[in-house]
Amino acid sequence: MFKRLTQLGLSLGLAVAGAAVAHAADKVSIVYIPKNTGNPYFDSLEKGFQDGCAKLGCTFDAQAPATADATSQIPFITAQTQRGVSVIAISPNSPDALNQVLDRARERGILVLAVNGDLVGNLQHRDAGILPVDFTKTGPGQVELLGSEIGYKGDIAILSATTDAPDQNTWIAAMKDVLAHNPKYAKMKLLTIAYGDDDPQKSTTEMEALIQKYPTLKGVISPTTVGVAAAAQVIETAGKAKQITLTGLGTPNQMRPFIKDGTVHAIQLWSPYNEGLLTAYFAVGVKSGAIKNSPGTTFEVPGLGTVTIGPDHIINTQAELTTFDESNIDKYNF
Amino acid sequence: MTTNLPPSASSQDASKPLWRATLMRPETMTLVLLVAAIIVGSLLSRFFDSLSFILESATYYSEFSIVALVLTLVIISGEIDLSPAAMMALSACLFGSAFQAGVPIGLAMVISIVSGVVMGAFNGFMVLWLRLPSLMVTIGTLTMYRGLAQILAGDRSISKFPTWFVGVDYRELYGVPIPVLIFIFASIVLAVVLGTTILGRQIYQIGTSEVAARYAGIKVRRIKFMLFVSMGVVSAICGLIATSRLASVRYDLASGGELQMVLIVMLGGTYIFGGRGTILGTFIASWLLVIIATGMTVADIPVTYQLTVMGLLLIVSIISTNLIYSRNQA
Amino acid sequence: MTIIALLRRREAGIIVMIVIFSLFVGVLQPRFLTSETLRIVLLAVPLVMIAAMGEMMVIVARHVDLSIGSILGFSSIVAGMLWRDHPGLPVLLGVVAALATGSALGLVNGLVVTIFRLPSIIVTLGTLSLYRGLLFFYSDSRQVDPQYIPRDIIGMSQTSPIFGIPWIIIVACVIALATYFFLDHTRLGRQIYAIGSNPTAAPLRGIRAAPVTILVFVISGALAGVAGVLYASRFGYVNPGITGVGFEFTVIAPIVIGGVSINGGVGSVGGTALGVLLLGAVSVALPVLGVSGFWQNAIYGAVILFALVIDRSVRQGGLKGLLARDAA
Repeated sequence: MFKRLTQLGLSLGLAVAGAAVAHAADKVSIVYIPKNTGNPYFDSLEKGFQDGCAKLGCTFDAQAPATADATSQIPFITAQTQRGVSVIAISPNSPDALNQVLDRARERGILVLAVNGDLVGNLQHRDAGILPVDFTKTGPGQVELLGSEIGYKGDIAILSATTDAPDQNTWIAAMKDVLAHNPKYAKMKLLTIAYGDDDPQKSTTEMEALIQKYPTLKGVISPTTVGVAAAAQVIETAGKAKQITLTGLGTPNQMRPFIKDGTVHAIQLWSPYNEGLLTAYFAVGVKSGAIKNSPGTTFEVPGLGTVTIGPDHIINTQAELTTFDESNIDKYNF
Repeated sequence: MTTNLPPSASSQDASKPLWRATLMRPETMTLVLLVAAIIVGSLLSRFFDSLSFILESATYYSEFSIVALVLTLVIISGEIDLSPAAMMALSACLFGSAFQAGVPIGLAMVISIVSGVVMGAFNGFMVLWLRLPSLMVTIGTLTMYRGLAQILAGDRSISKFPTWFVGVDYRELYGVPIPVLIFIFASIVLAVVLGTTILGRQIYQIGTSEVAARYAGIKVRRIKFMLFVSMGVVSAICGLIATSRLASVRYDLASGGELQMVLIVMLGGTYIFGGRGTILGTFIASWLLVIIATGMTVADIPVTYQLTVMGLLLIVSIISTNLIYSRNQA
Repeated sequence: MTIIALLRRREAGIIVMIVIFSLFVGVLQPRFLTSETLRIVLLAVPLVMIAAMGEMMVIVARHVDLSIGSILGFSSIVAGMLWRDHPGLPVLLGVVAALATGSALGLVNGLVVTIFRLPSIIVTLGTLSLYRGLLFFYSDSRQVDPQYIPRDIIGMSQTSPIFGIPWIIIVACVIALATYFFLDHTRLGRQIYAIGSNPTAAPLRGIRAAPVTILVFVISGALAGVAGVLYASRFGYVNPGITGVGFEFTVIAPIVIGGVSINGGVGSVGGTALGVLLLGAVSVALPVLGVSGFWQNAIYGAVILFALVIDRSVRQGGLKGLLARDAA
């Protein structure tokens, strides 16, 4: 039994060892560490990296942990540091548990980039952050979309991820601010914020409770891909599509059936593909010395135009959210 | 469980030549696997053969390995404890919350250790005084302790600890990180306790036949209670080590760790029904796990393989341990 | 002693607990006591109910199956990929595939446990991880998106053949009734109880323990497979890293509450079903009350421990016997 296992390991090992030698060349090597494996959102992001590297001549690899625990990415960062890659791009599972390992990687000259989510509160532990849109505009954008659908009036609720999700909390704070201060939204009343923990079962229960608790509920914003999908399923199952308008941040593939059958009219998101593409161009540029990594620097990315490095080394791939509705959703596949 | 076999310490059957008895021990299997894993690891990736890298990676597993040492004693005594990972989380969250509330850090550490004593004692009370099966009790407490940590800390992470507290894994003595040193030191101490002291013999006897042990005048309940409390204490200590390593603490600290701890103990050849097993086996198994996980990660082998290999290893190791012991019986 | 007598009828005790709990929540939040709540609770429980029927049989036979979450995930991925990659095939084929996958994985559990005489807790702890790993392989770590889940499957949670009761609830009821009939009114069913209450004596009474044990694991796997199909129905997609993760505890907790003894040989379908309903009501009530979801785990854990203590005290003849000192 053990012998067979060892043989299996050996043959497996030889195959992979062959692949590893290819890394040895002098090219820029980029490794991307997404939050977890099996998450369709990151597949699209990786595609952007791959296409970018195909044009630029860098090598690219993605290594995902099995779960999105705060600590699950740590062994991966250490292993890639040991491999001596030139760039580690990471969508961090924790804003603070990774600080020390990332510092170690940077001490060895590795460029560390936070992609899609930032190390909120610990920005000094990464070299730059590549975020899809200006996160200060995401919240107001979502409120405007929902408002336009419900005639800027009625009771609304938010179904978020976890109570401590930094991105969602930034957006929700901006939503509250714009609801309170912009007279356009004076008649929209935010009843509550529910948290589905980005778990389908929990999001479903929370959404059902919202409907049950607030009979006057007219609109729901769910700024998380898991939450918005669960909420749409609940509305469809309960047959409440006419009463309750749902919007949020969701991927077209996840939301397609609901938009087609009219349960949901429109959702928003950005292009994860462009995030991967931009990161590849930025990383290779910095490594080759063509791009100076300091706020105010501009550089060109084919297809995205001129990109500017903002304060705190934050780079946005697009200015506004993309809205997906029945008219355009079939053009997207991610 | 009801067989009246001599304890493992003397289980090398005199009628067999020494080399055969040695070869047929489960620890030998683990050692062979370890050597094989090192060879495969070196073949898989040229980045693998670096002692400092392996030691650094070992710090990520050292907390579970340290707990697994004490868990070995618990399993040899015929019980099991599935709650240590949750105890790590709850005690660490207590530490973090207390520190954040302004409690001096030294006192916060004491609070966390005391909480470990309380949690371990609660497990022991449920198992030994209410005579409930430890398996179900600790499945219950594993859920409850984790839940209490969640209530206490929410899902925010607590950080901003003083610099002297943070980064225990980067402090080294003779090039060996502190957590790994603690692991090695604890292995030696526990191996001596289990292998040479009266207490060690009694633990084997309890696991081999509790009834016989009781007739022999061994204070079964007291020893088992002490083992459960030790689990709580060592979990709390490892919770602190993990907090220092991560410079932050959240309720999901060490989540799923119970599987890895049991895996290490089983892999080291400890008999799930009690009465047999050694600290040496657990020690070797800990390194085996480090080598396998590190080797696969540095070779860019997808994590899906890692889950599969871990599951297979656990099953293969208990099957082989079981076969070896049943052959020794014959 | 009347309380003890009542607790002996575990089912009665749980019904009382459900009523008290509902009234308590109803006072705090009157909107809880509506037929809408009943609908939500009933929609929330079928997944757990079906898997619990299988797990209960395993526990009655003095074993435990910790791998059902991974089996559920694997079965739903197999069905989902069949629907996605072969849209021309009949939808029912996916259901059959899920059932077959669940049975096969359960068979592996049963074989390893009986052939090598290993404790099922450790074996299934291993297959919990092993099956999840294999499932990532099989699915290439890709989720099956909602657009590929057949409308008929989604419709099982929405449309109703009779009295406005959705299909998934009917499926769960049928399976619960079938389990009741099987366990209480067939020879095989009673053999399961016999093996669980005394594994060593069972062979003496002419019961072949190994095949029966294997069968129990196969049934548990198959029912986890059915639950996998219902997962696709209720949540509308299947993800290799999410579907079924942590499901084992959700299933074991209500079984223990329902009075199934983890020492084997004791337990009823009615008790299990009521246990599932009680915890279903708790999970629906927490968000309605505005209680943070953080409490859920702690409550689950406390409830398991409470049920264990009750179980023990009933068998020891009240709380006095519970703390009795033994020889040592």
